[in-house]
Amino acid sequence: MSATTTNLGAHAPSDQGHDHGHAHGHDKSGTVIFGFWIFLMSDLIAFSLFIATYADAEWHGIASGPSPHQLFSLGLPTVETMALLISTFTFGICTLGMKYNATMRRTIGWLVVTLIFGAIFLGIELYEFHEFWIEGNTPQVSGFLSAYYALVGMHGLHVTSGIIWGLLLIVQMKTMGMTELVKTRLMRLGLFWHMLDIVWIALFTKIYLMGVLS
Amino acid sequence: MSILGSLKWDDIFIVPFFKEPSLSTGIAAAAGGIVVLGALAVLVLLTVKGWWKPLWTHWITTLDHKKIGVIYIVLAAIMLIRGILEAVVMRAQQVAPAPGFLSVEHHAELFSTHGTIMIFFVAMPLLIGLINVVMPLQIGARDMEFPFMNAISLWLSVGGAALVMASLVVGHFETGGWTAYPPYTGIKLSPNEGVDYWIWSLMLTGIGTTLSGINFAVTIYKQRAPGMTLMKMPIFAWTTLCTAILMIYAMVPLAVASVMLALDRHAGFHFFTATQGGNMMNFANLFWLFGHPEVYILILPAFGVFSHVIPTFSGKKLYGYTSLVWATVAIAVLSFTVWVHHFFTMGQTAHLNAIFGIATMTIGVPTGVKVYNWMLTMWRGKLRFSTAMLFSAGFMFTFVIGGITGVMLANPVISFAAHNSLFLVAHFHNMLIPGLLFGMFAGINYWFPLAFGFRLDETWGRRSFWLWMVGFYLTFMPLYAIGLMGAPRRMAFFTDPAYLPWLLVSMVGALAVLGGLTSQVIQVWVSIKNRESLMVPAGDPWDGRGLEWSLGCPVPEHDFTTIPNITSREPWVEAKERGLRVMEPTEFVDIHLPKNTSMGFLVAMVATVGAFGLIFEMWWLGALCWIAMFVLVLIRSYDTDWEKTVTAEELRADYERHKHVVETTPKVSLDDEFTTKNRGLVFDMEKAV
Ligand code: HEM
Ligand SMILES: [Cu+2]
Repeated sequence: MSATTTNLGAHAPSDQGHDHGHAHGHDKSGTVIFGFWIFLMSDLIAFSLFIATYADAEWHGIASGPSPHQLFSLGLPTVETMALLISTFTFGICTLGMKYNATMRRTIGWLVVTLIFGAIFLGIELYEFHEFWIEGNTPQVSGFLSAYYALVGMHGLHVTSGIIWGLLLIVQMKTMGMTELVKTRLMRLGLFWHMLDIVWIALFTKIYLMGVLS
Repeated sequence: MSILGSLKWDDIFIVPFFKEPSLSTGIAAAAGGIVVLGALAVLVLLTVKGWWKPLWTHWITTLDHKKIGVIYIVLAAIMLIRGILEAVVMRAQQVAPAPGFLSVEHHAELFSTHGTIMIFFVAMPLLIGLINVVMPLQIGARDMEFPFMNAISLWLSVGGAALVMASLVVGHFETGGWTAYPPYTGIKLSPNEGVDYWIWSLMLTGIGTTLSGINFAVTIYKQRAPGMTLMKMPIFAWTTLCTAILMIYAMVPLAVASVMLALDRHAGFHFFTATQGGNMMNFANLFWLFGHPEVYILILPAFGVFSHVIPTFSGKKLYGYTSLVWATVAIAVLSFTVWVHHFFTMGQTAHLNAIFGIATMTIGVPTGVKVYNWMLTMWRGKLRFSTAMLFSAGFMFTFVIGGITGVMLANPVISFAAHNSLFLVAHFHNMLIPGLLFGMFAGINYWFPLAFGFRLDETWGRRSFWLWMVGFYLTFMPLYAIGLMGAPRRMAFFTDPAYLPWLLVSMVGALAVLGGLTSQVIQVWVSIKNRESLMVPAGDPWDGRGLEWSLGCPVPEHDFTTIPNITSREPWVEAKERGLRVMEPTEFVDIHLPKNTSMGFLVAMVATVGAFGLIFEMWWLGALCWIAMFVLVLIRSYDTDWEKTVTAEELRADYERHKHVVETTPKVSLDDEFTTKNRGLVFDMEKAV
């Protein structure tokens, strides 16, 4: 039997992390985050398709309704954007702190600040929807408004679920402690939150900036 | 609004028959009756035999990739029976004197359910199931990377299929074809629940498929045995990787399109209302942005199967591994660049059509590369025509014809004339039946022993192949002809007498296909009955080449006692050439496997009930189920005790047992491969040292 023959039978060194059964723990959280990344990529596709639909409807879908130029102003959306940008920054502090073993109180504190800014963002968005709504500019008016509400609404739903997820994580940090599992969950929420921020910048530019300037 | 939403008495399957008795309502009632009686029969059988508990503990709650794969395939088999029966009824309808025995709506429901079922509930579960069973064994993994998510994917697909089945019993399915284009499927023209059945059943299975894609991709990236670089990976794993990437990106457009359609239908949105600034061609674009990659999701795994079956039964190494890998990757990338060929008639410029036409033809190149690879693999090989090999050879002949008509249709000028004709119907069946079904049949015949420990009966297998093959040609060649004569697709009946002879031949062909399917049912039945004599406990019943054949059959739950080190593309061939018949572990260590859980099943079933609520506008039920799902997931997130340990001693005992089986099993020569002498460990005596 030559040297290579035994290779087939040789046992994989467990520190390679390939042996699912054995090398557990540390490698697993990296894998979970990798999987979550991929999921986010497919979520991004969904956003892009809604944006593409909006980009079409913005030109061809006005029907008898208002045009983006007539509908939008820059004031509130800018405040809204600032709120979300700040929340991304504070989330960054939160996860960085976790990396350097900040106390749980600290981590939770920064997470709470993040969620508050997220809620402010959401509040402004809902207020704006409400304003449009009472002027009669509902999604049922035109293809353009349908696309607008669907796109911004989908982003808003994502932020909402992010907030709920964050609240639940606070409960889990308190009840389960800062275990590897909870930490990975926080990391994943972080990725999710940052992605929503990037998506929002695209939305802000496409819908509000370009809409008002058009 | 009542708490039963839009549900009415007339929605129950037999009521229309009593109100207006006719052959059409009678057939609908009978179909609903079969579903109800079939379900009852299963319940009674389970109770009488006392199988509830084993079903629950061994199957429903399982996270074992092999069992999950088997459940997928069983699901596909059940749905295939329905899909083929519907096809036969449609063929019969068109040869009956006009206007036939089905109402126009009933016929439209039939092609819509047939198409939807064949794509989403036959093709997809078949390939996802096969990947689940085989891929981890090929790359030396113990399970999927995310076994719990795997169970969720599975049961969501089952839930989607259950909804399509429910549409036979409660209410109707839609009548707008498997593509469900608005404005026809908008609330004005399709007011009943049919389109909502389509939307929500596809939503469930679509989410399941996306999650499967993530699971496969991460598993392949992270779980390969040490030493198995990407370019040492088996081709089936490569095609799985490409299919997985397509699943991750391509299922989303379908979900987006159907969410928009649902908003249009139920919330008064105007995505697709032309008079209100909507654009229905956006639906077509989104749908085919999914739909075209989807056909490559369907076909790539079959290409993977052929790339293993053909070398095994030719007794030769696969010809041109590297070119096959690159051809696969090229097809996956190109598949995103051709979707417009489904609507050259939309009204875009000729330039755009030319670009998409050329892109489409380009895909023919890597596909052609593959066909040559398989042919050159067979060249001067010692061919053995097992059922799996027959299906592979049949595929190669037939698929090339479909490819040629595909290149014809890729030319926008021809496509304008052939658009929505039976020529197109013949073309895509010509791709899907060999390129998907034959591939999956070959794969199932080939790898069956890994999951169950015994081979499938060859006699009935070969009969099924010939019936399928002849049936396919008889059914679809005539459709090419009358398609060119001008027959449109989706017609309830034709009045032109010139079509009749062709349609009659097609009818005969459909019956032959039905015969093929029946032979397969018999094949499984006979094999189970004779399983003792078909048992191959020593594994490797076909002189196989991949890692999966180094395991005993059936493969134990933990797959590998120790994960092997990989130094070449065909490690098992090399090992056998050196006289090795079993893997020799150097060291046993404790391993962990996922514990069974009912959570995946529960979450998906709650989602299914919720979807049913949405279909019949019982919004409260939808909301309730949404919350329930959320709570279930939350409960699961507190469960940290999800693994069980298999100790080194147990692994050692298992290894010793397997080694004993192998050592006491006499070697079998290739000539006795299909006889009862085959207890595993077949090999080529001439090559043996
Ligand atoms: C071998 C048996 C089969 C027969 C006899 C058969 C027959 C038919 C018939 C009669 C139609 C309606 C054609 C028309 O528009 O007039 C149809 C449509 C279709 N079939 Fe099949 N079929 C078979 C297998 C399959 C398979 C294996 C698949 C896919 C995996 C498939 C997918 C479809 C699709 C997607 C449609 C289009 C439905 C629509 O118009 O929306 N069929 N088939
Ligand atoms: Cu296509």
